[in-house]
Amino acid sequence: MTLPLSFVFFVLLGLSVYFYYHAKSGIVRKAALLSDRTKALPSHYGQQSFLWAFIPSFLILLVLTIGGPNYIDQIFYNKIQELNPTFNESFVSLILAKVINVSNGKISTGEENIIMLAKDYKIAFEQLHFFRGLVVILCAALLGMIISYRQKPGSNAREQVEKFIVNIFFASAVIAIFTTVAIILSLFFEALRFFNLYNFFDFIFGLHWAPNVAIRTDQVAAEGSFGMIPVLLGTLLISFIAMCVAIPIGLFSAIYLAEFATPKIRDFVKPTLEILAGIPTVVYGYFAALTAAPFFREIGFSLGLDVSSESAIAAGAVMGIMIIPFISSLSDDVIRAVPQSLRDGSMGLGATKAETIYIVILPAAIPGLVGAVLLAVSRAIGETMIVVMAAGLSANLTVNPLESVTTVTVQIVSLLTGDTEFDDIKTLSAFGLGLALFFFTLLLNIFALSISRRLAERYD
Amino acid sequence: MIRKSIQSRRARETRLKIYGITSICFALIMLATLLISIGLNGYSALQQAYFKLDISVNTEKFVDDSGAPDNNKMNLFNWDGLVQSALREFFPEVKDRDEKKELFAIISANAGYDLKEIIKKKALGSGSHTLSVWLHLSDDADQYLKGRLSIDIPEEDRRINNKQIAWVNSLVERDIAKLKFNKTFFTSADSREPESAGILGSVIGSALTLFVTIMFALPLAVMAAIYLEYFAKPGKITDFIEVNVNNLAAVPSIVFGLLGLSVFLSTFGLPRSAPLVGGLVLGLMTLPTIIIASRASIRSIPPSIREAALGLGASKMQAALHHVLPLATPGILTGTIIGMAQALGETAPLLMIGMVAFIIDIPTTFTSSATAMPVQIYMWSDSAERAFYERSSLAILFLVAFLISMNLLAVVLRKKFEKKW
Repeated sequence: MTLPLSFVFFVLLGLSVYFYYHAKSGIVRKAALLSDRTKALPSHYGQQSFLWAFIPSFLILLVLTIGGPNYIDQIFYNKIQELNPTFNESFVSLILAKVINVSNGKISTGEENIIMLAKDYKIAFEQLHFFRGLVVILCAALLGMIISYRQKPGSNAREQVEKFIVNIFFASAVIAIFTTVAIILSLFFEALRFFNLYNFFDFIFGLHWAPNVAIRTDQVAAEGSFGMIPVLLGTLLISFIAMCVAIPIGLFSAIYLAEFATPKIRDFVKPTLEILAGIPTVVYGYFAALTAAPFFREIGFSLGLDVSSESAIAAGAVMGIMIIPFISSLSDDVIRAVPQSLRDGSMGLGATKAETIYIVILPAAIPGLVGAVLLAVSRAIGETMIVVMAAGLSANLTVNPLESVTTVTVQIVSLLTGDTEFDDIKTLSAFGLGLALFFFTLLLNIFALSISRRLAERYD
Repeated sequence: MIRKSIQSRRARETRLKIYGITSICFALIMLATLLISIGLNGYSALQQAYFKLDISVNTEKFVDDSGAPDNNKMNLFNWDGLVQSALREFFPEVKDRDEKKELFAIISANAGYDLKEIIKKKALGSGSHTLSVWLHLSDDADQYLKGRLSIDIPEEDRRINNKQIAWVNSLVERDIAKLKFNKTFFTSADSREPESAGILGSVIGSALTLFVTIMFALPLAVMAAIYLEYFAKPGKITDFIEVNVNNLAAVPSIVFGLLGLSVFLSTFGLPRSAPLVGGLVLGLMTLPTIIIASRASIRSIPPSIREAALGLGASKMQAALHHVLPLATPGILTGTIIGMAQALGETAPLLMIGMVAFIIDIPTTFTSSATAMPVQIYMWSDSAERAFYERSSLAILFLVAFLISMNLLAVVLRKKFEKKW
């Protein structure tokens, strides 16, 4: 008998709903017998039963659904290894994959051993599904019965339910922490494996990036070298070009919108700039690769310059356009947060509007503006699609914006897409770059957020 | 002297204004350039070159002994041969082997397959039938007919040679080939041949992914927001949660892709390229956005409402869930729509978890291999064929139109439910 996931889930849900109504009517009956009043509303007792029946069983269902198949795979992995002690790890994994595919009916094979194992595998899965369904449904039924039995009109079900819900709410809030921790740990451990294979200082300070590793052991190929300086320099170059475009345009737009624009213009321009912010990065990438890059190339030719077809300037300029609305909307908020009294005071002393802006408002807003710019820099560094589509792959150690450079994100994408082995030095080096990228942006973000917060506190 | 200084001070103000207006104009012009250049590239993909063939088929060839339709026989039949012989009737002068090859290159390589599918769908009765069907011309012929292939460059550098151009022109003159509405683009998934490639597969992939994202992120975000606003006791843990939420909102999206790769794929063993994993990764990514928007929305509800509820004896939970949350819902929805728009346009994390594969089938479940719209755009603009560029552009137009309408919906919702308390 097979018990599919959806079936088990709906039985679980149905049982929990049943216990809701069961407890709701049950508590009224109990109270009538004792000629007492219930301490909370009957529906609270129902909710309590529902939560008791549903949540633990649902967690068990989740664990078994995610962990079960892995456990079976592990068992079969060991089995195959026991049968053939001479096989190495990757070959055993290969056989295991074959067994799984045969048992799913995706491929067919004539090898008897594999057919046998595939049969066993299928049976193991059916057993797991049966076991999962049985455990979950029994658990829900048992817990539902226990809680309905234990509920007394005198117990305060509402308080208990609410405590439970607050805990669930707390758990949801803690997911933010878990995500950060998971990011750090996963990047850190993969990066650590990389640094076991490759010297940490060679990675940080190396001037040569060429991740070409021999695919076969007998192949004659240069040893891959993973010095991240050229990659980092390329990232900073493109981000710098982007900032040269985005900061002046974004800031002047924000000043105009916040201080000069009539409400009508504001109502038109702000949403339009938001459209610019809402365009997916892949579209900017397409624009950079197919429109901006040839444009810069032609301008270069007419000036007698040799511009690479994957020039840093094309990617950087388009990235700058992408970041304009980001800077302008953040700065707009910051400028508008400067108290009106400062403006009034300055104007009352006879300053023109421009003088008020230059001498009073901008200095007051400067921490917030710096924060906005730093957030924008962090975004430029982490931006992926534009550079993947418009910047190059070869790591040139140059600051010439007309040449092709590569960035951290481009390298991560090129190292991790396609069929890669998970313990390959190339794959692992991507995690090394990822870790560097994460820490770089993390520092910028924390710094930017703390600066902005200081401004908010100053004028509260 | 004073007048002079006032003049220069006024000039300074005018200059500042001009800078501002120039910047805004620049941004708007760039937006227009972006959309117009993509629009000009993409509009032609709405049409596709078709040619009409009169073909006679005898369905008795495709039944088994008992007379029931037999798919196997249907699949084994030489459909390409049927199409090719029908095409050769128009050009009896083509005899030479190489010439034949060149002739067959002006029709789609999938023409035989398409013909089979058409006939399968028609479910003809038994006996011999003559029907006229419209099949795709090849992408090069298509691009030539749309004027996208310049014929000024030397013949050997071109993807279509003079003979082929003459054949295509003669088909057009005889009214056998023409540009028709490109239905394939909206009804099929990806393909190696541009003329058979469509966006439906990636649209459904995106829809499945977004469904997972919203089911995962919205409840968690709302619960977290309520907790942080009403139940969190000021202290180190709460501060730490807030720092994390704010920081996660600014973490590069590709880092979430790396997280998905090493946690969901290699630790949990979830399937590669699946909308389930894509949805979870995008959910983690949009979670902070929705939390921040929900908190802002909850905070904008005046405290008096909550205090009145508490004063009448409601518990903290009842005040939050029964009184504040319904009022905050429009704001939360606005934030959610913006978060979803962000998730729909996101590409980089999906590349990391393998949603970049070439997939011909339209995905049906949350664990089947799929791709998403932005990834499809990325893959097409990476292809060599000119015809993929225009499809890429058209796909962008649809994606952007959809995203803009999502954002407009958010703006309208905000305006409509905006209350001055």
